Amino acid sequence: MRGFGKYGIWAYSIMAFVFLLIPIAYTVAFSFNDSRRTNIIWKGFTFDNWFTVCEAQTVCQAFGNSIVIGVVATVLATTLGTMIALALVRYRFKFRNATTLLIFLPMATPEVVLGAGLAAQFLQAGVPKGLVTIILAHTLFCLSFVVVTVRSRVASLDPALEEAGRDLYGSPGQVFWRITFPMLLPGIVAAALLSFALSFDDFIITNFNRGADVTFPSYVYTAAARGIPAEANVIASAVFFIAIALVLIAQLTAAARRRQLAKAG
Amino acid sequence: MAFTAFSNSTAAAEPVVRRKSPIALFLLLPGIFYLILFFVTPLISLVITSLQTPDPLIFGQFVNAFNWQNYVTVIETYGEQAARSAGFAALATLCALLIGFPLAYFIGITLRPYPLVQSLALVLVIAPFFISFLLRTLAWKQIFSTEGPVSGILSSIGALGPGEALTGTTFSVVFGLTYNFIPFMTLPIYATLVSLDLRLLEAGNDLYGSPATTFRTVTLPLSAAGVMSGTLLTFIPAAGDYINASREFLGSADTTMIGNVIETNFLVLQNFPAAAALSLVLMAFILVLVAFYVKRSGTEDLL
Repeated sequence: MRGFGKYGIWAYSIMAFVFLLIPIAYTVAFSFNDSRRTNIIWKGFTFDNWFTVCEAQTVCQAFGNSIVIGVVATVLATTLGTMIALALVRYRFKFRNATTLLIFLPMATPEVVLGAGLAAQFLQAGVPKGLVTIILAHTLFCLSFVVVTVRSRVASLDPALEEAGRDLYGSPGQVFWRITFPMLLPGIVAAALLSFALSFDDFIITNFNRGADVTFPSYVYTAAARGIPAEANVIASAVFFIAIALVLIAQLTAAARRRQLAKAG
Repeated sequence: MAFTAFSNSTAAAEPVVRRKSPIALFLLLPGIFYLILFFVTPLISLVITSLQTPDPLIFGQFVNAFNWQNYVTVIETYGEQAARSAGFAALATLCALLIGFPLAYFIGITLRPYPLVQSLALVLVIAPFFISFLLRTLAWKQIFSTEGPVSGILSSIGALGPGEALTGTTFSVVFGLTYNFIPFMTLPIYATLVSLDLRLLEAGNDLYGSPATTFRTVTLPLSAAGVMSGTLLTFIPAAGDYINASREFLGSADTTMIGNVIETNFLVLQNFPAAAALSLVLMAFILVLVAFYVKRSGTEDLL
């Protein structure tokens, strides 16, 4: 790789970053396009789309559905996944390998297969498709990612801290809520954010199980045939900026804390 | 991070105490029950559906049977699309590796002296995740469209003849797949390179290894776990994807992949047995591949 040259890797990587950012810049730019119906050709700059987002009512409704689905699926997946992660690291039990395989398999299964399988099951069981089936499906594919994310956090926990809690006559409940849980929290938060992001942007599994209900990605998919209204670009851009701001704040506070620790040490 | 899912990098942190307790059951049962109800039984539903046969009395309905002929039919009918999926996914994985590996090297090793720049660069890699997958793909469609800038330049230099389009081609679909899965390739490789001890590279240098030799004998083997998980994390979703190849996005009737066929059979034609049989064929193919890959690279401890 060094034969590639010191400047070569800089140039190549900067090009790769530009490449990654092109469609993002495009989507954001077209949220300011002065277009009424099809948002394909640049017509002029306007803020209007940002102020009238919910005039295209279906966009906002789809967005609202995506938020509700994302929140409920995240809460369910994070709770169930954290419990499994704790059990996997902390306890011995029968069928441990089978359990690990059961958690790994959904991640190795293509989304189209997960979606078709759930849809076939709902069809056979006569369950009507809608928001509930979308939430059930999203919880499933987020669950494994939560287990993997929280698991590495549990594994890096120092058991001596909990032992100290028990030595000081803390009840199991106290030890869990005062020591284990706060220490796991960064892992749990990371897992929850990952779940929400996966759920919010999912299209394939949703499309098989949504019935007549519309999420933001499924709205975009249906609208793609006749042209996406600029309002969809507005919502996507707003979500992008909020997410980036959150990540940057987290990164910068972590960097500041590291510097403080370095100074104190 | 979840991106280590396919590597063994978490194996280092083995638990200190492990005991038997009824609490384990309490912690496990709800989640395991959920996985059985919504992962295992759907797979069984798929198997049952894939063996169904058309109802002789009601048109469009299917009855349970043992019609394994369905598998023969779908493989004969859609063999071309299945082969194309594997080919497109392999090509996209290779392209993503060619872009993702140097990028991961740059962030994990070149930028190591500048921690703040390093974390900002990492944010840039995951930035595409924060904007809708479908809108990103549509953006490429519009950039490549006949009225778009790229086609304009290409036709003015004569690389694109009149009436020829960039979208709806093998190029545009593989391009879209590559773009969409680059972060999945870059992040696991970054995760292995970021903890690579730079003194090992110095040692290679001191022992008169050329940069290329050092790269081949030190860097590459030490990042193999990341390359392996990145390849799987890119190949699996790319093989099953049907957004990039769909007509409304970057594809055309000539680029139909197996995901498109499953989607059309299930949701449009309502030929459930065919869709189910194809899904199971796809899943079997992926699982065989994963098992082979995992065995070859010797990482048996997957989670």
